[in-house]
Amino acid sequence: MISVEVFIIPDEVFLTFILMLSIFLGFELINKVPATLHTPLMSGANAISGVTVVGAISLAGSGQQDLANWLGSAAVALATINVVGGYLVTDRMLAMFKKKGS
Amino acid sequence: MDILTQYAYIISAALFIYGLKQLSSPATARRGNAISSLGMLVAIVATLLDQDIVDFQWIAIGIVVGGIIGGTAARMVKMTKMPEMVALFNGFGGMASLLVGWAAFAFRPDAGTFTLITIVLSILIGGVTFTGSMIAYGKLSERISSAALLFNGQQVVNSLVVLGIVASSVMFCLEPSNSGWLFWVIGLSLLFGVMVVIPIGGADMPVVISLLNSYSGLAACAAGFAVDNNILIVAGALVGASGIILTQVMCKAMNRSLSNVLFSGFGSGKVEATKVEGEIKPITAEDAFYILEAASSVAIVPGYGMAVAQAQHVVKELAELLEKNGAEVNFGIHPVAGRMPGHMNVLLAEADVPYDQLLEMDEINPRMETVDVAIVIGANDVVNPAARENESSPIYGMPVINVDSARTVFVLKRSMASGFAGIENPLFYKDNTRMLFGDAKESISGLVREFS
Repeated sequence: MISVEVFIIPDEVFLTFILMLSIFLGFELINKVPATLHTPLMSGANAISGVTVVGAISLAGSGQQDLANWLGSAAVALATINVVGGYLVTDRMLAMFKKKGS
Repeated sequence: MDILTQYAYIISAALFIYGLKQLSSPATARRGNAISSLGMLVAIVATLLDQDIVDFQWIAIGIVVGGIIGGTAARMVKMTKMPEMVALFNGFGGMASLLVGWAAFAFRPDAGTFTLITIVLSILIGGVTFTGSMIAYGKLSERISSAALLFNGQQVVNSLVVLGIVASSVMFCLEPSNSGWLFWVIGLSLLFGVMVVIPIGGADMPVVISLLNSYSGLAACAAGFAVDNNILIVAGALVGASGIILTQVMCKAMNRSLSNVLFSGFGSGKVEATKVEGEIKPITAEDAFYILEAASSVAIVPGYGMAVAQAQHVVKELAELLEKNGAEVNFGIHPVAGRMPGHMNVLLAEADVPYDQLLEMDEINPRMETVDVAIVIGANDVVNPAARENESSPIYGMPVINVDSARTVFVLKRSMASGFAGIENPLFYKDNTRMLFGDAKESISGLVREFS
């Protein structure tokens, strides 16, 4: 009888792996953004970094009226400012970029 | 966390990546932004539907409050104020990560060492990003002096702060039950954010906000490790990479290393002004008009002064009149013109200048010799020929737009006061340079009036 040893990748290794791939991907993607779009890129990056809201939601909604809950709620508000404000202002800017004759 | 939530995160990561890919051209960028925002919506909705979430009251309050503030800010902000807005948003992102790191610890005080380290990192990077961005915001909005602030013993104080951060971080990871260490980490990282930005002058802000943009992403990344959430890691890393690339672009455009920008206190007035031989030749709007009327090729080079004077709309008006008159009009944009990467491009886009008329430095320089008139509007260092000619100049080696190769150069300037860092600009004394003194908006309106 053959026994198969199941090896489970620990969480931190898995997450670090994702981090490594994302950094390389990020460099490849952003290098292709033309200089003329660097301001919208930054405000768009503001919006994406508001993804912290996802982490904050799970802490704010735990149902316990404790410190974690209060801190999480404050983080939800701050990160939402970034998400909503960042995407809207980026859209406002990008709407203004026009090609000649259009 | 539910497995369905995890699958939703994969979709949302794909949408973020595809959205950023669409940002490679102005023609598709707006759709890319919409796709990215859809990715965010997917991530948020999936998280809200997760079984671990049992209480929605505080989440709802947070989202409503944040949504109203963010939405209002996005609608009201003037395009000239974008650097300030991005600086503020960098700061909010940092603070959110700090709070998430802290909350993660409050939620699970018995976390393992790896998680404790990531909690410290998210608090540390988040804290530095928050106060650093607030100082950057203050400098950009001139609420505090935008000059570089240096004092005796600054290095000693900074070293002590760094040592304190390292020591309290290590102690927190070893002894998490003593909450004193946590407060030391929070307090010192907030202090450190202030210390790193105060010695940096206003004109170096493009580098600083790019770097803080990157930090806000890295802070989200660290927070992702702290709460075991992979979408935070992916999105945070994308933002981190973006900020680092922009920082590199800015440093290269100034021919300075990042450490020189961060630590040298450039622009604190220590530079000795070099004497320039020659004579300043002012010109009236009327004479300038005659030269422009005869020009068949015009290059406009804007700088921060155009933003300050809110002159982008009259500049567009002038460009249209020149084109009607048969001239070819182009805009030359230096990467560090303005207070953030791409600042000039957004202002000119707001004034309806088509983006294919905006040329980067490397595109416009080879054409400069065929240009009849180059109009410099509120730019100084980015057109300074000393960067090419004078080895003793502090900006020697910085790539500049060679407006002095044009047949005639008009420099629109408020007065003869020297620019940032007190560097003399020999351009003003060249034979083919004419100075049009006054507020940039007024001067250009004057030219426009001459045309009509």
